[in-house]
Amino acid sequence: MPEPHSKALCEGMRDGTPIALGYFAVAFTLGIAAKNAGLTPFQGFLASFLNHASAGQYAGFITIAADSAYWEVALITLVTNARYMLMSCALSQKFSPDTPFYHRLFVAYQVTDEIFGISIARPGFLDPFYNYGAMIVTMPGWEFGTFFGVIAGNILPVRAVSALSVALYGMFLAVIIPPARKDRIVATLVAISFAASFIFTKLPLLSKISAGTRTIILTFAIAGLAAVFFPVSEEETKNEA
Amino acid sequence: MKHNIYVYLFVMAAVTYAIRVLPLTLIRDQIKNRFLRSFLYYVPYVTLAVMTFPAIIDATQSPIAGALALIAGIVLAWLGASLFHVSVICCVVVFVVELFLC
Repeated sequence: MPEPHSKALCEGMRDGTPIALGYFAVAFTLGIAAKNAGLTPFQGFLASFLNHASAGQYAGFITIAADSAYWEVALITLVTNARYMLMSCALSQKFSPDTPFYHRLFVAYQVTDEIFGISIARPGFLDPFYNYGAMIVTMPGWEFGTFFGVIAGNILPVRAVSALSVALYGMFLAVIIPPARKDRIVATLVAISFAASFIFTKLPLLSKISAGTRTIILTFAIAGLAAVFFPVSEEETKNEA
Repeated sequence: MKHNIYVYLFVMAAVTYAIRVLPLTLIRDQIKNRFLRSFLYYVPYVTLAVMTFPAIIDATQSPIAGALALIAGIVLAWLGASLFHVSVICCVVVFVVELFLC
């Protein structure tokens, strides 16, 4: 029996509320990065409204700050958001054949780590209205968080900005460490990535490479080699999803 | 060379939406190619790890505060703390440590 859409909508709003609070805090620090890249509060708001991608936006802002070429921004966005490709693949399996096609276009608009996490955990086929409920409450948190981050980056004391600037990295750690605990190969890759990134930042010639390009090179090299030497089974990729 | 911010934002938005919408609309079956699947499986961990370190140490006023936040974040995430908690406590660690150091 299909449940009414209104129920799915309400449940989406309920599950989205704690996510919205977290989004506000994280987006606030994204706003600081946006400000450093020379964006106005409105441009920060717009970037968040159009992207909903923490790491992707952050990498984008870094690349913009370096006045990089447009194709570099496109490539870094592609690389940092590549995981959404996997998530969208998994989500496509959650759609009932009876769900009208256009719902896929709207759900795709906000496939984030968190929204993906709660929607893939729904039993049975996905009611897109569940996603819409979560989107309604989380979007303002993300957009206005960025907006105020750009503004308050100016007025906050240096001490507070310094503390808030690690919020984003804390979030990244919360994404990569739990799977590393379960999977020794992932744990090893994280350690190798830390080490390689450190070497690239500190060694004389390599340190001239921009942060964005460094991320692209190391991602393709390390993840590529790992895929060759430690191919994952279908089961593992499903667990990740 | 000066670039237009709005073009940057448009490029980011177009790429991000394409990444999300294309698999959702075009691919109805699981990806079969094992290398590609493995590569995509590893990508987020490598990318996020590369972006986190050593950047977290350079982001704070005192590198020691950043390093302690990194350790605190890893330990908390390892113990299963939520994304929100890990994030907030990293900030608190930096704030408290810099009260003494800066």
